[in-house]
Parts: sequence; structure tokens; C-alpha cells
Amino acid sequence: MTSIETVTRAEICAVACAEIFSGAGEIMASPMSPMSIIGARLAKLTTEPDLLLSDGEALLFADTPPLGGKAPIEGWIPFRRVFDVVASGRRHVVMGANQIDRFGNQNLSAFGSLQRPTRQMFGVRGAPGNTINHATSYWVARHTNRVFTDGVDIVSGVGYDKVDAADPAYRFHHLHRVVTNLGVFDFEGPGHTMRARSLHPGVTADEVAENTSFEIAGLAEAGETRQPSAEELRLIREVLDPKKIRETEVPS
Amino acid sequence: MSLDEVVGELRSGMTIGIGGWGSRRKPMALVRAILRSDITDLTVVGYGGPDLGLLCSAGKVRKAYYGFVSLDSPPFYDPWFAKARTSGALTAREMDEGMLKCGLEAAAARLPFLPIRAGLGSDVPNFWEGELKTVESPYPVDGAPETLIAMPALNLDAALVHLNLGDAHGNAAYTGVDPYFDDLFCLAAQRRYVSVERVVETEELVKTVPLQALLLNRMMVDGVVEAPGGAHFTLAGDDYGRDEKFQKHYVESAKTPEAWQRFVDTYLAGSEEQYQAAVRRFAEEA
Repeated sequence: MTSIETVTRAEICAVACAEIFSGAGEIMASPMSPMSIIGARLAKLTTEPDLLLSDGEALLFADTPPLGGKAPIEGWIPFRRVFDVVASGRRHVVMGANQIDRFGNQNLSAFGSLQRPTRQMFGVRGAPGNTINHATSYWVARHTNRVFTDGVDIVSGVGYDKVDAADPAYRFHHLHRVVTNLGVFDFEGPGHTMRARSLHPGVTADEVAENTSFEIAGLAEAGETRQPSAEELRLIREVLDPKKIRETEVPS
Repeated sequence: MSLDEVVGELRSGMTIGIGGWGSRRKPMALVRAILRSDITDLTVVGYGGPDLGLLCSAGKVRKAYYGFVSLDSPPFYDPWFAKARTSGALTAREMDEGMLKCGLEAAAARLPFLPIRAGLGSDVPNFWEGELKTVESPYPVDGAPETLIAMPALNLDAALVHLNLGDAHGNAAYTGVDPYFDDLFCLAAQRRYVSVERVVETEELVKTVPLQALLLNRMMVDGVVEAPGGAHFTLAGDDYGRDEKFQKHYVESAKTPEAWQRFVDTYLAGSEEQYQAAVRRFAEEA
């Protein structure tokens, strides 16, 4: 049996990542890092059995394998078809971020200026298309005030202050959650600013404030992120991530 | 054709589309042949990987249209592309990955643009410095018209792609899980060159793969090159995986001028045959 005392921060994060997909239905879940992959697979094995999950390359899994594992497949999703799914809106992506500001603008492209950056990362990748077309959430393994910054250098993922309310082309924009090693957040603060939904057990409001460059709405009132159920712990520890890869993102 | 004959048909200043994706089925032997030539001042279009990196290492890229640049495995960021960017050596037309597909489709259909949602609200239009416009729909939604990105056609002077199997006439197929966008690159280009792992008779080609894998037909290809190992060190469908050790060696070698000179002398100074032989020695010693 598992007791609450033995639950690690990484396991709290995995469950919070699973809850990103609560109510998602029959859409493609596209998590981009180990923790969010554990979360999406946990959701599929518990409350969201209709989620579509891929191997991250071109195959749709029929079953839900452990992290890094193989499983029987149910379909084909080469990159070109992924762009069709993006445009259809039937997708919820969980991206990483080098920077996120209080309105949810995100950067994974480069630091510095557009034509002469100080540090080059990936470029904008699919972030502009993801954020304008379908639900987007973020997973940040190390919540620091360098990530949660006053302004991002390059807007790859679109934030709420960039939405043109007069143009219906923006009507599918929705930033759902930000899950970090410290808590769970959304953009339901005043004027669609970042708001605290819950802080992980043992995390204080001061700790979050010290590690965020801007003021987070609802921080003082935020409750505690829920504990995993015994079944969720079993799935995380025995089925999805027996090698504890989650600990490489969030050490205990 | 030979690799060098293909490159002999290219010119400095051209806009060249490069197929594959990141560090996946890139026409690396053709890229190496460009490095051997004095062609320069290129505009490169593609889903960038070490192809773009190698071209940047030789200062051959003036402008780049890309959705991302990735090595697909640690350390992920291509070191030579990073150097070109941080030194301001090239003009970046960075865009959403879906916009690149859209621009190739517009070119393939000889359209001036196609509307797309991706790009709105992001810094993509700022990357394009006035080159990227919007278009208003003539059909309103609930009384308000949508204004979308008007993705311009990505018309290419030449396309370079690498496939697994082809015949001498330009019929060609991929093996493995993903065609990537190599057919679109060919459809968007004036001159189309495909390198293949193996050239076979047409009858053998169509017996070897399912119909759906026959990605290119004769109308889409001007030159075929047999280049076994021609995607190395990127992966190539069912033929071989990525040479992760060699890709790491490429990344490490970019760190100092001395290490890079050794890499050039060992791998890039001679012919494709000499490259493949040096790569075999690297694998044996590693």
C-alpha cells in the first residue's frame, strides 16, 4: 500500500499533468516531455479513455505503453497529418517553454532580438499554430523568475493580450493550464492574467512569488494540489514510469 | 547523374528547398556536394536540421525560411545554425511549421498565397519584416470577416530530397513511417533532384513497396542520383537509423576552430566515397 507521506513532488506533478486532460474527450493529446507524457497516459488509463496518443513520431497507440515503451498501434499520424489535426482543433498540446509572461505569451524560439539573437533555441516550431488553433497547456519543470518573466523575447506561443477580439480568426485560442514543479495555474486572473489554482503540498505562496517576475492572481487563496489516488500511484510507479524518469525532471 | 553533376546545375543566389525533417532523411550527400562547390549566397527553405547547419558552417546561407531547426536528439540545437544566427550572418524568415507546408502547397498549386490561421498574434510577422501579409475573408462568420495570414507561395528554384528507392526515371518511394514533405518540395520547385539509397528497375520498385509509398513520379523529378548512405548522419526510414554518435561528434567539432578544421579535413574535404569510408572508420573506432 502507498501512504501519502511517500508521495513525491514528481508524482503530484504527474497527476496535475493528467488533470490537464480532464473532459478532453476524443481528441489527440500531444504532450512534449516525459512528465506531461506520463500525465496524458495516466489520464487515458483513468478518466479519459478516448484520448488519442502517438509515439511522438508517426504511429497512434492502441494501448498505453510505459514511458519509452512500445504498444500495438491503431493508426498513422505522420507529421503532415499532424498539421491537419492542428487546423481541425481536435488536439490539446502540452509544450515546454523557455519563457512565459503573465498573459501566457510563450517563447521557445531564441533569446534576444529576432534577427540577431543572443541564444538560439528551436525557432517557433508549431507554437503559433498550436496556440491559435486548439487548447494549449504548458509544463515547466523548474519554476523560476527567468521562465516566468515580465516579457518574453520572442512570442512563439500566443498570449491573451495578443488576441484581436474583433477578428473571429482568434476564436479558438485557449490556454488551459500551466503546471510547474510548484503548482497549477491558469489564465483566469483579471484581464486573462496568470492565476494560481493550487500549490503543491509543501510549497508556499512566498516561494512561488519569489520565483515569478510578475504578480500571480489568487496566490494567497490557492489551495493545495490534490494527492494521487492509490490507483494513480500504482499506474505511475508500476505501469507508466517504473524507471522513475519523472525524477529527472522533478527530483525528490 | 552524379552528386557533383546535380550541384553543377545549381547556381549561387538560388532559393533551394531541402526535404526531410530535422535530423530525418535529409539529402546530406547532396548537401556535402554543395559544400565541395563554390555555390554560395543561398536562400534555403526547409524543416531544418544538420543540413542547414553544414551549409551555415561554410557561410553559404544568406536567408533561411524554416519552421524550426533541430537535431532531434541532445543537444537538439544545431551549433552552426546558432552561430549564424547569433552573428547575424543570415536573414531569418522563421515561421510556424504548418506555414511551411502551406507555402509549399501554394507553390505546388501555382497560387500566390493560401490563407492560414497559424502565425496570427505571434512574432512570426515581425520575423518577416513586411514580407508576410494578411488577407480578409469575403465570407463573414456571424457578421465579422476573419482576417488570416496570407501565406505566400514558397516557390523554389531547386529542390533536393533523399528517398529510399527509385528508378532511373524519377519514380521514387520512401520506406518507414513518414514521407515527410518531400513530394511538396518537388512540386514547389523548378528543378528537382532526388538521391536514393538504391536505383532499381521500375518493375522492382513497384513490387517492393505499397502503392501509397510511391511518393514521386516522373513529372516531379529532373535528376536521380544513387547515393547509398546519402542521408547519413540523419535517419533514413527502414534503411538505417540516425548515427547518434557521429551527430554528437559533429556537434562537438563545432565548438572550436581547430576541432572543426579536423572535422572538415577528415570528412568534408574529399569525395562522398571518402566521407563514407571515414564514417565507417569512425564507427569502428568508437
